[in-house]
Amino acid sequence: MTRVFVPTPLRPYAGGQAAVEVSAATVGEALGALTARHPDLRKHLYAEDGRLRAFVNVYRNEEDVRYLQKDATPLREGDTLSIVPSIAGGR
Amino acid sequence: MLRIDPQLLQDLRRHGEETYPHECCGVLVGRRAGEDRVVASVVRCGNAQGDRLHDRYTIDPRELLRIEKLSRSRAQEIVGFYHSHPDHPARWSQTDLAEAHWLGCSYLVTRVAAGRAEVTNAFLLAGSGEEDKRFVDEEIRIEGAGPEPARAGGGMP
Repeated sequence: MTRVFVPTPLRPYAGGQAAVEVSAATVGEALGALTARHPDLRKHLYAEDGRLRAFVNVYRNEEDVRYLQKDATPLREGDTLSIVPSIAGGR
Repeated sequence: MLRIDPQLLQDLRRHGEETYPHECCGVLVGRRAGEDRVVASVVRCGNAQGDRLHDRYTIDPRELLRIEKLSRSRAQEIVGFYHSHPDHPARWSQTDLAEAHWLGCSYLVTRVAAGRAEVTNAFLLAGSGEEDKRFVDEEIRIEGAGPEPARAGGGMP
């Protein structure tokens, strides 16, 4: 099982949970399982073209999956996934 | 409403003075109490914005990841963020709104003029998604039983 950590702003769309356990072999499968269980999360994570929104960072343990194999990044038993929306701005 | 101890507020304001003329940034960790966000600690972050430190800020997601983990271990959560506007009003900007994605969190902006922190304002990121998100003025309630705050030369809002 993989534990997916849901950030504060997305918890209302994940049944109020801070973490969701899914069974998945890759990051793509894990996010698919997460959004299948909590469909309201989909629009927050994916743009209309089906791609992960640019400001949504996904980490397998401590590593950004963009720099691994993105959706195809494999998951091992005990890995965690963290969804981390970006923080930026300026005057 | 955002509820914060005077020393914590002072700390994030001082951060903006220390990084002037660059923008500072950081994370507010605490808990929710009904409609309020209650700040338990202020975590200073580095400005990961590479080339426009004077008018842009970015918090490295790895730093956020670390803060999230720390929050969880304390049974707390991220309730907001802060940054400074060097020589610019303490109002959210279009860039701030475009780059804000933590719905339901507080965003604090401190005007730092000529190296001194002036007004600090809070804005709640309201809405249900990217399409209708908006900043709403939020009251800052200064409260807490901390030691006497160091206000000398502070110029609190």
